[in-house]
Amino acid sequence: MKRVDIYRGWCKRCGICIAFCPKHVLEADKDGFPTVKDLEQCSGCKLCEIRCPDFAIVVSKDEEG
Amino acid sequence: MRETSHLVHKYLRPTMRFPHIWCPGCGIGIFMHALIRIIDRIGYSKDDVVLVSGIGCSGRLPVYVDFNTLHTTHGRALTFATGIKLAKPRLKVITIMGDGDGVSIGGNHLIHAARRNVEIASFIINNQVYGMTGGQCSPTTPYGARTTSSPYGNPEAAFDVSRLVEAAGATFVGRTTVYHTTLLDRLIEKALTKNGFAMVEVIAQCVTYAGRWLGLASPAEMMAWQRDNSVTVEKAKELNETELAGKTIIGVLADRERPTYNEECTKLRTQELKV
Amino acid sequence: MKKDKEKEQKQEEQNRILLQGNEACVRGALMAGCRFYAGYPITPATEITEVMARELPKVGGVFIQMEDEIASLGAVIGASLAGAKSMTATSGPGFSLMQEHIGYACMAEVPCVVVDVMRAGPSTGLPTQPSQGDVMQARWGTHGDHSIVVLSPSSVYEFFELTIQAFNLSERYRMPTILLADQIVAHMREGIVLPSKEDIEIEDRPQPTVPPEWHIPYGDPGTGVPPMPAFGEGYRYHVTGLHHDLRGYPTTRKEEVESLMRRLFSKISNDLERLQWFDSFYTEDAVITVIAYGCVARAGMQAVKEARAKGLKVGLLKLKVLWPFMRRTVTTILDSSQKVLVPEMNVGHISREVKRVNQGNCEILTLNKIDGTPITPAEILETLEEVYP
Repeated sequence: MKRVDIYRGWCKRCGICIAFCPKHVLEADKDGFPTVKDLEQCSGCKLCEIRCPDFAIVVSKDEEG
Repeated sequence: MRETSHLVHKYLRPTMRFPHIWCPGCGIGIFMHALIRIIDRIGYSKDDVVLVSGIGCSGRLPVYVDFNTLHTTHGRALTFATGIKLAKPRLKVITIMGDGDGVSIGGNHLIHAARRNVEIASFIINNQVYGMTGGQCSPTTPYGARTTSSPYGNPEAAFDVSRLVEAAGATFVGRTTVYHTTLLDRLIEKALTKNGFAMVEVIAQCVTYAGRWLGLASPAEMMAWQRDNSVTVEKAKELNETELAGKTIIGVLADRERPTYNEECTKLRTQELKV
Repeated sequence: MKKDKEKEQKQEEQNRILLQGNEACVRGALMAGCRFYAGYPITPATEITEVMARELPKVGGVFIQMEDEIASLGAVIGASLAGAKSMTATSGPGFSLMQEHIGYACMAEVPCVVVDVMRAGPSTGLPTQPSQGDVMQARWGTHGDHSIVVLSPSSVYEFFELTIQAFNLSERYRMPTILLADQIVAHMREGIVLPSKEDIEIEDRPQPTVPPEWHIPYGDPGTGVPPMPAFGEGYRYHVTGLHHDLRGYPTTRKEEVESLMRRLFSKISNDLERLQWFDSFYTEDAVITVIAYGCVARAGMQAVKEARAKGLKVGLLKLKVLWPFMRRTVTTILDSSQKVLVPEMNVGHISREVKRVNQGNCEILTLNKIDGTPITPAEILETLEEVYP
């Protein structure tokens, strides 16, 4: 199971993570922050994490789950 | 520990205020992320890394990271870096510059650093505009572009930064965009491990200003533009001039060997002067 | 006893060497521990670059010729941050270019020595005729409020000696020190006896005595001068030309800005007594005292001797430190003399300072020359005779 953590305190709502997710896992919430729409689809490619200019997303395997 | 958390906690200064100062969607943050990722992958000791920057948006990068960091004057990062590397050769010296910073006011230092071949890994974050001062045209702003200092269109031609530095003699030259993450990582790694002067031109989006004259409103649109207007070195060989018009050629543009200034110093001491 | 003295004299004669001022400067720098030099050719300072290129590699140092003077001082500051004692040398046009990085070294507190061999300006001016036209530029050339130390040699030996002191002061205060020589002192040759290294006192920048996690890069340890570890020694910290807090991080908070500025000034203003360096001749009973520096002090000395031979009670105060201005020393002269004559090869830089500190008791006279020729002993003597009461 993948896990996507979004740190809203550092996120500037630029939308890069949402736009370039190959599996469309993320979407914007009503305030523009990214939120996980469909975790099942996440392939763990980390492109959102790597392209985030603000170090605000972490993709990992959920070891507890 | 989760990988990014690990990078954040290992390399960012806990005493600095985050989020950082750059605008939403700024390409500099993507580059900074890649830089610490590769430094971690190579495994340098933090004590041995010196990060030197000039003035402008890119100049603010070093203060966030836990290395020996030096925020110098406008355009002069390479001169300070030269002194550091020659005085203490064991240090890994990295410079971060912008296009206005590194190519306009620092243009002379850039070509001479490339010619001189002091082992410095330099990165020019090219967003084609002066961001910090409010969107004036830079030496890499395209011809005709309207900026705050070229309200009727830029009357000047743009520099091809990579070709300039290659012609000046740099032992490694690469170009990428921040969209091309795999290439970005690869070029950073090659530049950092190159025994000689290395320069990577990193095409990055300035959403606030450059985005305005490109008519692209969002960071994602600007990165899509990077994706759609870049051609790899390999692919470019198969295309003719018309097909290449307006395209950015990305990849390794030069990779060659030449004695470094430090090696020349050692040679002088051991072979000529026998000291 | 007599034999010992003879032996000593013989030894001294053997050690006596003929050196040009610029060569003596290099000797001083090497003795002070200079191990990095970056420069750009410019008359009349070029010999310093040339001799450094030849001598520095022999002692394990690094020489580099940079693309311009801005780059030279940039490289010098970088090398100093990496732990090397570093210097550069130039003349007026190059000194103008260096102002940017002199300010940087003041703000970031990086020890370095900048030699300016003055030639007549403004602009390209008179290559290469002597001048003292850069005195105010050395004080105020870089933008913004700052303090600075400027030394001025008047002989080949003093050029040697003051170069060592310039390194010592820059290390002690963690700030750039400027050596303001002139074309005459730089190009003149004199036979001098160099002291041995054991007889010279060398100062090094203060080092932290605490582990890295306890070190506060821009904290005040009580002396106003924070310890300065070199890059690569485990004390990772941030250096910037922006106003910064105690950790070196940029700040615009007025309390932090003010405390930084006050500390920067305190380094010199709390230590003025240690910076009263001068030579005085016949000043005890002088009715008129000549206050001079650099090559003009030599003409002043000759004029004073000739005047004394004619029975005139005149003396000479030779300034070795130009900035900070030696107010206490000069005030003593202003109190004891009826008149003071300040001959200078400019329109009156130091004479303005003398007038500024004068409490009205003393008449201040000036003798200025800006035609690219030196002020002669005869000109000073003539003036002394003219104004002698």
